[in-house]
Amino acid sequence: MATEQMKARTEAKNGQQTRDWATDYDIFDPDYVRDPYPVWDELREKCPVAHTEHWGSSWMPTRYDDLFAIAQDFQNFSSREILVAPIQPPPDAEASPFYGVRAPPISSDPPEHTWARKLLLPHFSIKAVSVYEDETRELANSLIDRFIDNGRADAAVDYAQQIPPRVIASMLGVPHDMADTFTGWVRNLLELGLTNPELRGPARMELLSFLNNQIMARREKPTDDLISKLLQAEVEGEPVSHIHLLGTCLLIVIAGIDTTWSSIGSALWHLAQHPDDRRMLIERPEIIQNAVEELLRAYSPVTMARVTNREVEYGGRPMKENDRVLMNFPAANRDPAKFDDPDKVILDREFNPHIAFGVGIHRCAGSNLARMEMRVSIEEWLKRIPDFRLEDPSAVTWAGGQVRGPRNLPVVFP
Amino acid sequence: MKVKVDQEKCQGHNRCFVVASELFELDDYGYAHEVGDGTVPPGLEEKARLAVANCPERAISIEGD
Repeated sequence: MATEQMKARTEAKNGQQTRDWATDYDIFDPDYVRDPYPVWDELREKCPVAHTEHWGSSWMPTRYDDLFAIAQDFQNFSSREILVAPIQPPPDAEASPFYGVRAPPISSDPPEHTWARKLLLPHFSIKAVSVYEDETRELANSLIDRFIDNGRADAAVDYAQQIPPRVIASMLGVPHDMADTFTGWVRNLLELGLTNPELRGPARMELLSFLNNQIMARREKPTDDLISKLLQAEVEGEPVSHIHLLGTCLLIVIAGIDTTWSSIGSALWHLAQHPDDRRMLIERPEIIQNAVEELLRAYSPVTMARVTNREVEYGGRPMKENDRVLMNFPAANRDPAKFDDPDKVILDREFNPHIAFGVGIHRCAGSNLARMEMRVSIEEWLKRIPDFRLEDPSAVTWAGGQVRGPRNLPVVFP
Repeated sequence: MKVKVDQEKCQGHNRCFVVASELFELDDYGYAHEVGDGTVPPGLEEKARLAVANCPERAISIEGD
């Protein structure tokens, strides 16, 4: 069934051409972005480590156990390149003042990874992120205030998209009115710019210039924000280099915005279409943490990449050195070999070792922040807008590739 | 029954702490450790099993029943 649907729509799209997803997948295919599930089902069954030459040669595992194994094997599968499509640096890249800025620890391998991650972790613990909970709750309500009397809203643009950049701005100690600028930069880096270097280059330059100025200002006049705390940190008795710090600040912005916004958006997309689930959350508010995990499992937003450090055979597939491997954590989380009824959202699901935040040494450092923002966003929305539905399902648009989630999500409520 | 967190495997997902904060504690980096010697007080056996089942790193083990 899944195969037929897939072929039918690929044929419809390409005229005569039929895409074979096992040997020629394209994760930027608009139909795949909108509805990747049938493709994953077919691949898991037929070709669990698929291959493509689209956007550079890459491999894509879709089974939970394979994703788990590859994520643990950081010696063969490096994080020095993590984007799902290769980026050609501009010819004058070396002339840039920010040449060589990376995004540690997400872009690091051990041994750098180990200390670079330790720098960040204490600032993203459950306790550390709880400091931002009240303000996130107020923010959610102030956003809802703006549209609740209209009877309609774009739950992605007017709500989900607004929350993470403001929380990140608070953490970094920069004004909330930077939020829309952050969002624009991040979209141009990771969403629109992933396949368009003309958008990506300037966005990267502007974001790094901004962060560079912020770091310089904190050196002059430290405050109690995260940038100041990172400036005080030492590794083996030495302060952290400026270029490292700049990369880590870059990571905090790019990893903390469209990811969480996508998760909040997908959660509301689901709830708009499932009155029983809305009711369950309203009647049993104590299950919210299970519900957040289940929504993360079912609508995992993030696909990362690894590159092979050497020739390696995995799952019978001959990978060359420097081959890209797309870490399809979202597909792993729908694997029927791991989860009962994987396509069914069961908000009080108890067995749920999902890997939406990855697994292994690169487990998302911001996972507790993301969970807090999701929980609060869903709770406050349901308190104020317990009953809502999609205004027009065909008006919902999705972004995909590195980070999947709704970008337009018009909903109506009585 | 006793629970034990393998420190080599724990990556700080914090799932065990959320389902069974009586049995696990977190250090400053978010890595989990069993409370005390890991002994599961009567009545918390199911929580211990849930913590094991939900750990994405397969880092928690149970001894005894």
